[in-house]
Amino acid sequence: MSENIVSVNNLSVSFDYQENFLSKKQKIKAVNNINIKIKKGSFFGLVGESGSGKTTLGRAILGANKISTGNVIFHDDDRDFDLTTINSKEMKEYRKKAQLIFQDPYAALSPRMTVRDIIAEPLEVMKITNSREETDERVRDIAAKCRLNLEHLRRFPHAFSGGQRQRISIARALVSNPKFIVADESVAALDVSIQADILNLLKQLQNELNLTYLFISHDLSVVAHVCDIVAVMYLGHIVEMAPSRELFRNPRHPYTKALLSSIPSIDPENKSKAIELEGEIPSAMNPPSGCVFRTRCPHASPDGKEGNIEMGLEEVEPDHWVDRCGVSCG
Amino acid sequence: MTHLLEINNLDVKFDTDEGRITAIDNVSLTLDQGKVLGIVGESGSGKSVTAKSIMQLNPGNTIYNDNAEIIIDEENVLKFTSKNDLKKIRGGKVSMIFQEPMASFAPAIKIGYQMVEQLMIHKPMDKKEAKNISIDMLNRVGIADAEKRFNQYAFELSGGMRQRAMIAMALSTMPKLLLADEPTTALDVTIQAQVINLMKDIIKEYNMGVIFITHDLGVIAQVADDVAVMYLGSVVEQGPVNEILKNPMHPYTKGLINALPDINNLDAPLTPIPGNIPSPLDRPSGCVFRTRCPHASPDGKEGNIEMGLVEIKPGHWLDKCGVDCGKT
Ligand SMILES: Nc1ncnc2c1ncn2[C@@H]1O[C@H](COP(=O)(O)OP(=O)(O)O)[C@@H](O)[C@H]1O
Ligand SMILES: Nc1ncnc2c1ncn2[C@@H]1O[C@H](COP(=O)(O)OP(=O)(O)O)[C@@H](O)[C@H]1O
Ligand code: SF4
Ligand code: SF4
Ligand SMILES: [Mg+2]
Ligand SMILES: [Mg+2]
Repeated sequence: MSENIVSVNNLSVSFDYQENFLSKKQKIKAVNNINIKIKKGSFFGLVGESGSGKTTLGRAILGANKISTGNVIFHDDDRDFDLTTINSKEMKEYRKKAQLIFQDPYAALSPRMTVRDIIAEPLEVMKITNSREETDERVRDIAAKCRLNLEHLRRFPHAFSGGQRQRISIARALVSNPKFIVADESVAALDVSIQADILNLLKQLQNELNLTYLFISHDLSVVAHVCDIVAVMYLGHIVEMAPSRELFRNPRHPYTKALLSSIPSIDPENKSKAIELEGEIPSAMNPPSGCVFRTRCPHASPDGKEGNIEMGLEEVEPDHWVDRCGVSCG
Repeated sequence: MTHLLEINNLDVKFDTDEGRITAIDNVSLTLDQGKVLGIVGESGSGKSVTAKSIMQLNPGNTIYNDNAEIIIDEENVLKFTSKNDLKKIRGGKVSMIFQEPMASFAPAIKIGYQMVEQLMIHKPMDKKEAKNISIDMLNRVGIADAEKRFNQYAFELSGGMRQRAMIAMALSTMPKLLLADEPTTALDVTIQAQVINLMKDIIKEYNMGVIFITHDLGVIAQVADDVAVMYLGSVVEQGPVNEILKNPMHPYTKGLINALPDINNLDAPLTPIPGNIPSPLDRPSGCVFRTRCPHASPDGKEGNIEMGLVEIKPGHWLDKCGVDCGKT
């Protein structure tokens, strides 16, 4: 039996993009030659700025985005699901095992459904339960685990606060008893006092239900606190990946260093200046050749030689992976 | 010494379909030239309404109390009635920047045209001069190709660029007072770092007074001299930023800090503040924080106390009830 639950091998995902019907079709490589293994039981973090490809990677693992090249394998206890060749019958099975917690619970919840109906829907769609009684019991059970007030199951979600709605989203994702969860910016819209509560809940549910998470966030402080392994994405590439503490204590790639230094410290006396990056993230439609970070990297060489190198992760210390170009650039 | 801005005893209420709600309750603040006052608090605490009150941008359903004062240059903004009076503050002495820069730009008008127009309203100058100042300002905020951007529409710019353009427009009239409402919240952290550094430089150079609103304590720590912590329309604690963040006294301020994931302290647990922020329709009587406070007394006596700031150390102001609550 594999110790990993997900293996992503040389995965690329491209989108066709056409500005208007007269213009030429272009390709956007949103995810570019990604290799990751997600260990069973881990809280795997994916960070990076907007447009770096986090959502696309998460959706590809869930089978919600077409895979252009490479493959994604989900290792269940007794069998593998290959997301590249999966048929619709297997897909139905896979959906029970791998679920998404929506980024924006407000948008994800239908205002005309009661909380009970929202949580029950996956059970009904996937025909997991055989009777209304059984459905209700599963709904009550997971609602209690998500610390939702059972009295609220009959109500409509619009009356609820952001934190409560996020709990409803979590209960809905967990009701089919999945093993793997993609949480995409699940706390981004919440106030800090509520965010802490949801993060603690996710941790607790992980222990109780033996879950593995892919936790996607643009917030490094949050990721540092909850994840045990973290991958940093930039323009479709993973540029660094390491156990959380190792990554935050000993960042190696110039982009990771810049990201970390950009987090405003809560200590007013710690005015250490952010490593200021020039300009903005280039368009994914037109990424730099070679090292994708070179147009903003403070250490890029003046002769532009990074335009010719090939990207790819190298293990610099046990479990600490850095993009090859990042390894030599220091 | 007279202050650049003085807010005294401000209450703001809104008439809504569901009843009259209190958005701001008895807020008093002062700001001096060259200083940055941070206002921090979670959503609904009244940060934006405070800033909009200074600009008189609240809508028609707004009710101010009679004894409230918002004093800029010895004039009470709340007593302004004519368009001419308002002109003195909006876009002249006072400028405001927002989280969403599209709010500042009309979508169908070129950025440069809007900048020039605004300048000419507030200072006697011709078009050419206004254009020069505008392009200078765009350059100043780090916009490459300023001449080209001058002739573009806001939607043609990236998020970070738009934020810079909005800052350029807000500063081109050389306001004495800048109100910045979550100006970096929608930006990625590396772009946020650029914009914060830019704002700090400009604030220093022009010696402006700034109200910097954010829900992010880290941003406050990095930009503000003083900070006011707001909860549900009330300021519960206020003082020099170093003092308040290192030596917080109010249970809400402490709660905010304990809930925050700190990258320099990964072993600290994340402690949520129990419960939810009440709706302003259900604003608690007495101490507004009592429905979530871990130290609230079981007999609910905090429902009867009156809120108000007390100076517990030079410059460190704490809500009256907060003073007692440590001791019970
Ligand atoms: N359905 C799509 N069609 C075209 N482009 C897309 C689509 N989804 C994402 N993209 C593009 O792919 C890139 C990565 O996007 P995304 O995965 O959403 O990034 P993130 O979640 O890190 O913000 C972006 O440039 C985005 O514009
Ligand atoms: N025009 C309005 N009409 C009714 N309620 C309003 C209006 N503007 C703001 N509010 C309410 O006032 C309270 C404070 O809002 P605001 O100042 O925007 O909070 P924040 O601290 O998040 O900026 C909130 O409860 C908000 O819903
Ligand atoms: S390869 Fe060059 S440009 Fe790329 S990260 Fe390293 S130093 Fe920077
Ligand atoms: S007065 Fe009571 S409820 Fe209010 S902050 Fe103090 S201890 Fe908490
Ligand atoms: Mg995303
Ligand atoms: Mg606001």
